[in-house]
Amino acid sequence: MKINSPLEAYKYLPATNCGKCGEQTCMAFAAHLIDRSMKLTDCTPLLEEKFKKKFKELDKLLEPEIREIEIGVGEKIAKIGGDDVLYRHKLTFFNQTKFAYDVWDTMDEEELVERVNYIQNFKKFYVGNFLTVDMIAIRSVSDDPERFASTVKKVLETTELPVILCSFNHNVLKAGLELAKDRNPLLYAANKNNWKEVAELALKYDVPVTLFAPDDLDLLKSMAKTFAEMGTEKLVLDPGTFPTGKQLKQTFTNFTKVRRAGIDGDREIAYPIMAVPFTAWMAHDDPVSASYWETVVASVLTVKYGDIMILHSTEPYAMLPELHIRDTIYTDPRKPVTVDPGMYKVGSPDKDSPVLVTTNFALTYYTVESDIASNKIDCYLWAIDTDGIGVEAAVAGGQLTAAKVKKGIDESGFDLKKDTSHNTIVLPGLAARLQGDVEDETGASVLIGPADSGRIPGWMEKNWPPQKK
Amino acid sequence: MTNKMKLKELSDILQDLNVESLEGVTIEGDIELNISGGGGLNPALAYALGNEISQISLHMANIGRMLGFPAEQLFASAFQSGEMPQTDKFTTSPKLQELLDSKFEVSKIDSWKNTIQEVTLGASSADGGSRKSTVTLGGENALPYYFDAEMPHRNYITMDVFDMPIGMAKAVKGNYEDVINDPAEWAKKVVRDFNADMVTIHLISTDPLINDTSAREAAKIVEDVLQAVDVPIVIGGSGNPEKDPEVLEKAAEVAEGERVLLASASLNLDYERVAKAAIDHGHVVLSWTQLEINAQKELNRKLMKQCNLPRESIIMDPTTAALGYGLDYAYTNMERIRLAGLMGDDELTFPMSSGTTNAWGAREAWMVASPLKQDSDWGPREYRGPIWEIVTGLALSLAGNDMFMMMHPTSVQVLKELTQTLYGSIDAEELDISNWIGMEV
Repeated sequence: MKINSPLEAYKYLPATNCGKCGEQTCMAFAAHLIDRSMKLTDCTPLLEEKFKKKFKELDKLLEPEIREIEIGVGEKIAKIGGDDVLYRHKLTFFNQTKFAYDVWDTMDEEELVERVNYIQNFKKFYVGNFLTVDMIAIRSVSDDPERFASTVKKVLETTELPVILCSFNHNVLKAGLELAKDRNPLLYAANKNNWKEVAELALKYDVPVTLFAPDDLDLLKSMAKTFAEMGTEKLVLDPGTFPTGKQLKQTFTNFTKVRRAGIDGDREIAYPIMAVPFTAWMAHDDPVSASYWETVVASVLTVKYGDIMILHSTEPYAMLPELHIRDTIYTDPRKPVTVDPGMYKVGSPDKDSPVLVTTNFALTYYTVESDIASNKIDCYLWAIDTDGIGVEAAVAGGQLTAAKVKKGIDESGFDLKKDTSHNTIVLPGLAARLQGDVEDETGASVLIGPADSGRIPGWMEKNWPPQKK
Repeated sequence: MTNKMKLKELSDILQDLNVESLEGVTIEGDIELNISGGGGLNPALAYALGNEISQISLHMANIGRMLGFPAEQLFASAFQSGEMPQTDKFTTSPKLQELLDSKFEVSKIDSWKNTIQEVTLGASSADGGSRKSTVTLGGENALPYYFDAEMPHRNYITMDVFDMPIGMAKAVKGNYEDVINDPAEWAKKVVRDFNADMVTIHLISTDPLINDTSAREAAKIVEDVLQAVDVPIVIGGSGNPEKDPEVLEKAAEVAEGERVLLASASLNLDYERVAKAAIDHGHVVLSWTQLEINAQKELNRKLMKQCNLPRESIIMDPTTAALGYGLDYAYTNMERIRLAGLMGDDELTFPMSSGTTNAWGAREAWMVASPLKQDSDWGPREYRGPIWEIVTGLALSLAGNDMFMMMHPTSVQVLKELTQTLYGSIDAEELDISNWIGMEV
């Protein structure tokens, strides 16, 4: 955005402190506009006719540097771009990189439907939510419009996920578009040979389009400028993803250059960037090596500025790290690292339920909590104040000690002797070395739980209730 | 109604459209369109003309409507299809025949003024040691692999060796079963078979809560490892803050002149003893803090100012958390440290090291299947584990990390391949990706 202090935004607001946005003052609202945690339309008075000019001006100033593009429709709509910074700690990155996994028009129908279903149903539980993937990229291998159309048809019948129509042949793209036009698909791609025809399609059907100029940023910028001039800014830029050697280094350079230019204010190139780690399959014959390298390239380009990518491997050892590195980079760094220390009830614990110790590092806490809750175990979960450091590191660094455990217990007001029938604490397996000390400090008996909370159910079967001494 | 419209205004409206593509059309006097160019109209000009004429007729029709005539009905019946999309008839955008010229330009970052300190590990016979190879880290003037400035040194990988058998993920353990009771053989194996640039000997048995091996006993193991390999080594304690200073002192003594990395000094142990051991015997100190940039500054400052440790004897370990288990903090912490260093914070201009092995703490790396029934199948763990270590490492390499402490041979091989590719020292056959879409996989 073009402004960076609440004062600058405040000038355009009604300054009535009416509170309709939910904030006490217009200045507080202005601060939320600057950190992008609220939208300008949340200020309803500003939508009135008399403020129209100010609304428009401020809206323009608040526009993100990188344009935001929408692909698909309805609930599964995918937004890409919209970033304002080069480093996540400067604000946060917006709109996670979108992962499209490919299908192709020479697949037989059964195989096609199975693959699309696998992609759309893939999920991984993580800190209270499921991580999922976003899109289907449909590749024309046959170069036959009819064949492509029938594949597109089948995909659209099978999934609500947004689609990318991939061909350099505009007749093939047109055949796909005819069927997919109501689903706002992304076209892939216009290049230096077909751009006129593809531009016509993008304009006629009013859909977003990818511009492909492998390792030629001048051409890429020319195409973006030309398309904008012709009437569409729904553009995605693909500077080419070369999978190996010096070409991969150059790919990395191109991605960082394009994004820096965009954030620095060059509007002509300030669009979301497309990566195609798929090309790793052109460099490796063995499927495990190809999948590994594809994941590696995808991870690098997720960290450095890829906003959307086309991938091939649907092996869990590709998809799981891809989902997690994306989550890593796009997690809002402003969100708290810790949960409040103290005693939490999971399920409906009673006197016979176990008392489990963990740290107040949010990730650790939520992981343990979801493992327990999803296995329907009733227990007390004790978040010890370790300054937001996980168990293993806190034991090594002295933030999780017997004294800290004792302090945590004392401060929570929970009385192990009165409130439980067993006077027992279960320490995480990674804190096993504290067992003796904790026994000495607290006078309770101490059991050592598993090193990973995913194994708590099995551990409970063997170790709970504790044997009477 | 008193709406009036003069032809002058009409041409004013037309002027606001993209008339530049309309040479050959003039509007004169009464409504009279002069279209020159005859039969030689090229398709683009014809299209543009069609566009403009349609625009004019639209304006005319609007005037008609102002006068009360239902012009839209006339249009609908004239074209006989109400469902033809608007964009087909009245697009306002020019259709271009040639790409507009544009040159891509981007500036280098001028606030990166500081150079990261160069630190050398290992000493050859010329420098009083017995290493055949040495490793130099640091020297950067930009974020890693960036076009702003050449990166002077590649990334290096040191592989873990332990002084006693420890619990390891199955995929890791399979590689070390034959050497698990012999640190010297273990060290040889990682250098010879797995291409390790360096070896880290972790003296974990010295922990009073484990075997309480004496510092003197532990120092013998260090000597064995120095004998067994000729690459630079890192010496790690057990993490016990009371015992580590003594263990590292003895180790530093027997490794005199070899310029090892002592791991580590931290704020919760007697870092002065560790620093002094390094100064007295010519070693480097790993300055270890936990995901906190200000603590890192504080410890570095104390090592420099209070302990007089030379700048070229400090490497930082700002802590590595595994992918999915806090890597976001570890990544951003390192990125902030490196950016601060490049922009002139002298307390942070040191090379960085990552305990990438921590990735194996993630259940996704080692568990045979997801503990949660709702998850999709996690697939074979023998492939999941190494990639977890690789992705953890590569993210940190992009944040500015120089050296990686690692465990699995496949992870080492792939991360080396990637970091050296981005560094620019790997050649590969050039690929033409211009028609990747049609590839059969």
